[in-house]
Amino acid sequence: MARFLARRVLLGVVVLWVVASVIFILYFVTPNDPARVIAGKEATAQTLAAIRHHLGLDRPLIDQYGSFLWRYLQGNLGYSYYNSEPVSTIIAQDLPVTASLAVGGAIIWLVLGVLAGVLAARRPRSLADRTVTSVALFFYSMPTFLLGLLALTIFFYWLHIEGIDIFAPPGYVGLSQSVSGWFSHMVLPWLTLALVTAAIYARLTRGSMLDVLGEDYIRTARAKGLSERRVIYRHGLRAAITPIVTEFGIDVGTLLGGVIVTESVYGLPGLGSQILNSVTDGDLPVTMSIAILAAAFVVVANILVDAIYALIDPRVRLS
Amino acid sequence: MLLEVKDLVVSFPTPDGLVEAVRGVSFAVGAGKTLGVVGESGSGKSVTAQTVIGLTRGARVSGSALFEGRDLLKMSRDQLRQVRGSKIGVVFQDPLSSLHPFYKVGWQIEEAIRAHEKVSRAEARRRAVELLGLVGIPHPARRVDDYPHQFSGGMRQRAMIAIALALNPSLVIADEPTTALDVTVQAQVLELMKRLQAELGMAIIMITHDLGIIADMADEVMIMYAGKVMETASRHDLYYEPHHPYTTGLLGSLPQSGHEGERLVPIPGQPPSLIGPPPGCPFWPRCGFAMPKCRLEVPPLRAVPGAPGHTSACWLPLELTGYSVEVDAARHLAAVAEGATAVATASGAEEAQP
Ligand SMILES: Nc1ncnc2c1ncn2[C@@H]1O[C@H](COP(=O)(O)OP(=O)(O)O)[C@@H](O)[C@H]1O
Ligand code: SF4
Ligand SMILES: [Mg+2]
Repeated sequence: MARFLARRVLLGVVVLWVVASVIFILYFVTPNDPARVIAGKEATAQTLAAIRHHLGLDRPLIDQYGSFLWRYLQGNLGYSYYNSEPVSTIIAQDLPVTASLAVGGAIIWLVLGVLAGVLAARRPRSLADRTVTSVALFFYSMPTFLLGLLALTIFFYWLHIEGIDIFAPPGYVGLSQSVSGWFSHMVLPWLTLALVTAAIYARLTRGSMLDVLGEDYIRTARAKGLSERRVIYRHGLRAAITPIVTEFGIDVGTLLGGVIVTESVYGLPGLGSQILNSVTDGDLPVTMSIAILAAAFVVVANILVDAIYALIDPRVRLS
Repeated sequence: MLLEVKDLVVSFPTPDGLVEAVRGVSFAVGAGKTLGVVGESGSGKSVTAQTVIGLTRGARVSGSALFEGRDLLKMSRDQLRQVRGSKIGVVFQDPLSSLHPFYKVGWQIEEAIRAHEKVSRAEARRRAVELLGLVGIPHPARRVDDYPHQFSGGMRQRAMIAIALALNPSLVIADEPTTALDVTVQAQVLELMKRLQAELGMAIIMITHDLGIIADMADEVMIMYAGKVMETASRHDLYYEPHHPYTTGLLGSLPQSGHEGERLVPIPGQPPSLIGPPPGCPFWPRCGFAMPKCRLEVPPLRAVPGAPGHTSACWLPLELTGYSVEVDAARHLAAVAEGATAVATASGAEEAQP
């Protein structure tokens, strides 16, 4: 098992290296000339050459590739073309916003989706099941941006017009500034991010639970005289959780992509908004760093999923 | 009587129609006794046993099941839960799928104990080790921390038996406990159950499709077919003085000791559908003695004279008991006298099918 995980970590490193290399190649086919981005439209040929030299763009490709990799390995992400701030500072600023959104959203969608799925599976074809299934289908077929705009319109603007201000306007308040401010700013983004995904989890959990609840060991659990609660959660959900962990790994891994829309709708200055801006501005160092960070997320999530498999299933752990 | 089931009727509403799985079954088990319940697959044996302890879901149930004087079928879910696992233990067919793959064997025994008794984890664990030793697991103190997949098939079934016995039940329901095991292991598990019954004194309901399994174990035997009781008898009477053609059919499909190499005669044909089963004797399409009356009227369970507890649901004369060519000839004559046309052979029985 330890060897298996070590192999996965090694593979992860290789994946990151490939991603970094692809990004490096894109860097050179990009139609934006970094020097022009920095110097502006009116710059003379001389200025441009000086800037290129300063950035090392006039060195041989392989040379640049080597120092590019070396820089990233040391954790030096470079400087923004746009405002010359260190990219690490920019990321350090944006990360808490995205982390707030992602962690809160993930907890909500996981808890909500799994509980709804269990509820539906306990009594298939019951009213509860039908309700969960149709609500899930509704959110499932709802694009995130539409859900976000609807939520904003209904729960912020309409209530605001009525003089009721439960939910904060778009924007962000740091956790360190005000806990309640942070919370009220995050609730709608969380729900927007979570509900669409929760729908997937509800369907997934329902199906997995239905399979498991038909298993012989569930009958044994009942025959032992365990409480129904214990049968459902300790015996049923514990066994039904495997496909949910897989899905969670994928979703958490790709969350950086998933938060872009939500951050834009709610004006949250996180990594999602940042990557949109940096792509538009041709701010390559920022774009590249966030892209590599996103890839690292996927890799780490995958390794974690494998580790969690081993934790939940002794047959995996002991083989 | 420890358990007395009367007129148990169980049906399942399904999209295809109402499955009448159990149609008026009555039986009783005395304290410390063994009842064998025998019938082909689909006869309603499992549904009967599982309904009594409230494990059938989505079924319509009527009848009564008095256990130590209280009707299990009228208990609240919580009352029944307290009986289940403590006073009535259950052993299922496939021990691999019946144990939870993610939990240690010992933990699964401890859980059963702690569901019914307020004891510490340490005490529950001590008892789990003791139980594993009791059912013959070597090095129980070490194996208690194994997962089910680390046990062999026979050991897994021993662990299931340990769970069933964890709270010293007065009744153990064993539903085909050896069907999923190798032949040699089957014998060991049966031996173990007999030994434990002698030591602990619990009653056993032994469900099987194989009359051979209970040949030296059951005190009483109940033969089931298509959700009904065909015959009940003491073990001796069932093997030496059977009355019902279904019983003799089951006996005929047994490998006989001393008759090695003799061809086994399976009962031809298939059990009837339990969705809207036809009127009359449920066995008639497969019975070599079927008479016109058999297709119209359901034969009630009648007492076989001179043998207490021996009953048979068959229209053939009750004194024609036994398992031999001569008795079959006599049955055949009696059937022809009632207007039967089929011939009492396997091929004849096939012709008699609709
Ligand atoms: N939950 C259920 N829903 C519908 N039919 C069922 C259900 N459980 C059992 N049955 C049907 O009831 C009949 C008797 O089943 P069972 O008691 O398991 O037979 P046996 O144990 O004698 O092999 C079978 O025809 C089976 O298909
Ligand atoms: S003789 Fe008639 S009643 Fe008896 S088993 Fe055969 S069909 Fe049924
Ligand atoms: Mg069965």
